[in-house]
This record gives sequence, C-alpha cells and structure tokens, in this order.
Amino acid sequence: MTTTPTDPNAAAIDIQDLHKSFGQNEVLKGIDFHVGNGQVVCIVGPSGSGKSTLLRCVNRLEEPTSGKILVEGIDITDPDVDIDQVRSRIGMVFQQFNLFPHMTALRNLTIAQQRVRKRSQDEAVEVARRNLEKVGLADREDAYPAHLSGGQQQRIAIARALSMDPDMMLFDEVTSALDPELVGDVLAVMKQLAGEGMTMMVVTHEMGFAREVGDNLVFMDEGAIVEQGPPMRVLSDPQHPRTQAFLSKVL
Amino acid sequence: MAMSPGKRARLSRGIQYALLGVIVLVAAVQANWRLILDSFVNPAVLVELVPEIFTIALKNTVIYTALGFTFGLALGLLLALMRLSSVGPYRWFATGVIEFFRGLPALVVFIFFAFGIPTAFPGYAVPFDPYGTVTIALGLVGGAYMAETIRAGIQAVPKGQMEAARSLGMSHTWAMFSVVIPQAFRIILPPLTNELILLTKDSSLVYVVGLSLDSYELTGFGRDALNTLVSVTPLTAIGVAYLMITVPLSIVVRRMEARSARAR
Repeated sequence: MTTTPTDPNAAAIDIQDLHKSFGQNEVLKGIDFHVGNGQVVCIVGPSGSGKSTLLRCVNRLEEPTSGKILVEGIDITDPDVDIDQVRSRIGMVFQQFNLFPHMTALRNLTIAQQRVRKRSQDEAVEVARRNLEKVGLADREDAYPAHLSGGQQQRIAIARALSMDPDMMLFDEVTSALDPELVGDVLAVMKQLAGEGMTMMVVTHEMGFAREVGDNLVFMDEGAIVEQGPPMRVLSDPQHPRTQAFLSKVL
Repeated sequence: MAMSPGKRARLSRGIQYALLGVIVLVAAVQANWRLILDSFVNPAVLVELVPEIFTIALKNTVIYTALGFTFGLALGLLLALMRLSSVGPYRWFATGVIEFFRGLPALVVFIFFAFGIPTAFPGYAVPFDPYGTVTIALGLVGGAYMAETIRAGIQAVPKGQMEAARSLGMSHTWAMFSVVIPQAFRIILPPLTNELILLTKDSSLVYVVGLSLDSYELTGFGRDALNTLVSVTPLTAIGVAYLMITVPLSIVVRRMEARSARAR
C-alpha cells in the first residue's frame, strides 16, 4: 500500500519451518504457511494450540526459536533488520484492546504517526479522523478509553493500527473479550477492511466470520497446522479427525 | 438479649465514643493549661520568631526538599530503568546503589557528604553549597527509595501497553517514556507523595553540613531558637510550619488522584 516491497510478487507473509519454544515447552513445531497479498487467512484451534504465538511471531513480539518469516520478501528474523520499521507496516489488534488509557482516542491514533511515520500534527489528525470515521466513531475523538465501551475501544484500536497505513493486519482474538452484543460492530469493521483488499491474518473463534470473509482457514492443534483450505470446505467437510473433533464442539 | 446485628453495632460504637470522650475530658481537666500555654505557645516567644521562621527557615526547608526530591526523582527513575534493564551490569550496579543508600540512615549519608568529600578531595568543593551537598545527599537517600517505587509502578503497567506501542513501530525507549512511564507515575502517586513528605522531614538533617544562620531550615532554626530563647515554643512553631507544608501537599495530591481516577 505504501512502501515498495523488495519483490512485488512476494507473498505478503511467508513462514518457513517456524519453531518457537518457551523453555522446555515447544509451542510451535515447524510451521509452513503463506498469506498472499490481499488474502484473509483465519486461524482457528483449541486454546494452547499456538495460534496466538504464531501471530505474534509475525511482528516479532515473540522471538522465533528457528525458521524464517518473510514479510513482503524481507526476512524479519534477520537480526540486522530494522524491526521498528517492519512493525510500522504491520498493524496489530489485541484481545485486550491495549489502548493507551492516558490519551484521548485521537491522541491514541496520532502519536505513532507523528513519532514513527514523522507526519506533521495536522496530517496525523487528518488521517486519524478519517479512520475514526471509518470505524464509526468520529464523534468520540476526545473520549478517553475508560469512557468507551469494549466494542468502541476495539474499533478505536483497529483505527489506530490503520492510521499507520499498514500493508497488512494481524488480529489476535479481537472479539474474545467483548460482550456478545458488541461483537457484531467489530466484525463489521473487519469485514469492510477485508472487502477493501487488506491482507489479514485473523486468530478467531468466530466461525461465521471465517466462513463468510476468510479466503483460507487454518486449523492448528498442539503447535502444528493440522488442516487448511477454503473455509467452506474445512468447516463443512473436515478431513482430519482432530479438526472434526474440534469443530463438533464449537459449531 | 435478642438484638439485631445492626443494633448491636450501633450500641458498641456508642460505647466506644463515650469511652473516648471520657478519656479526653479527664485529660483536659487534669492538665495544667496555664503552664502548657506558657511553655509551648508563649506569645512573647512567638513574636521573636517572626518573620525569620517564614522568610528563612520555612523557605529553606521547601527549597532543600524541592532540590532533593527533583534530583532524587531523576536518579530514582534512572536506577529503576537500570534495574529493569536486560543488561546485567546495569542491574547489578543499580541494585548495589539502591541497597547501599536505602540501608544507611540519612544522617550517615549527610555526614559522609559533609566531611567525607572535603577530606577525600581536598581543594574541591561541591558547587553551589550548601545547596549542592544538600541536593546530592538528600537526592541519594530519596532516590534509592523512589527507585524501587518507580520500578514497581512500571511493572504494574500491563504488558500489553508496551506491546501495543512496539507493534506500532515505536522504539523501546520512546514507548517507555510516552506510554509506560506516564501510567506508572499515576499508579505510584500516593507512595511518591509519602516519599516527598519523608524527604521534607529528612531535610532537617542538613544541619550536619554546618550551615550559616541564613541557610537554616526549620529544625535548625528551631534548635537555635530553643537555646537562645530558653523556651519550647519554637518547637511548636516549627511543628506548625512543617504541617503548613505537608498538609496542603497531601490535599493537592488527593485532588490529583481524584482527577486521574475520573480520566481512567
């Protein structure tokens, strides 16, 4: 969307033989995985299957133990890579929103633009307002996070990530901490984003969203990818017994 | 005998109040008020204290405390960040400094600075004395305490805050100073106030530096007046003066807390 990738034909995200251990505990046991440009990939699986860890490796919030992660053709596991620069092109939204509670909604959206993107105050505010409008919260720019509902906070968090004009977005169980009636608004924003061609990696329990919006569905269990394919196919006709067992519990 | 819990609680509280009232009353009747007033709040002595108690002593106490606290806060922040550093030697150094100056009585630190430095480095003087020595000595004592408070505050900020800032491409340092530390200071506002009040009182130890009359702070001034005027009234006066500093301070901080509670 903004910066020029080294290889225009490279996949947005290309993960090769990724391993991650926390001490003795191996959480990711050799993951190979692609996300094409403009694709929406949903990752599902039981808790503890390593799906959040996988997502967090993509912007190196977790350091991979071994393996390669290419983001737009650049190996981000290379210690010489400017990780701040890489992260500024990968938006991330968290389960717990993680808005900065001591800043207004608007300031939450402008601070990184000014500091990292080196935008002027006026330009940052303009971009921020455009994104607040996009998530339907243009009228709440002066509100502090504590005065917003969970659903509103999460939409602001999406707008904050979007204000950096990222090339792709990572969503880590973004609706899991929300009251059921607030989930719809957040999913609607994500659906709109997918429709605009944003590359998205979505860890979720929302099977409806995966079916409707996802281009690819990945089922993970015990640190490995068990099965993947078009969401319709995987959800209605799972091949692997573990996928069948999991889906029979959640659907 | 059948009494509801509410009734029993009211009765028990009533007895407590009555008992307290009787004790105060007996003490008040027994006390020699004429002698108390004469020695502790003697008007003739009080007149002698004005205006120097305000223009010199109170002013200097505030200045010494402010200087010590400012330096101590900066030092405490630095030590806290060093203690949280991933670099081993930084952590060890900070731990050493904190344990050393937190473990020593403030008086010992002051004596060390007042006599140790001139002995160790003859011909050199701490600049801006007495302010220089006071700032460093008071700052070291306060900073060692504040470092641990600040560290706890930084660790009390949810990890997701740092992660969110880093995920936007902010550097660790920038995320620390713009996102984590402002939230940490909100959390530790009450214990930091405590520290400031303790430092206000520790500033009384600067007398060991050997101050001239116009550098006296409240306690030094009080001791001097005690001797020259042969009365305990100066101690009452400086006691009130200390409260004139600390009570408004507590009120201001309580307001700040209420305001930040509303914002979160």
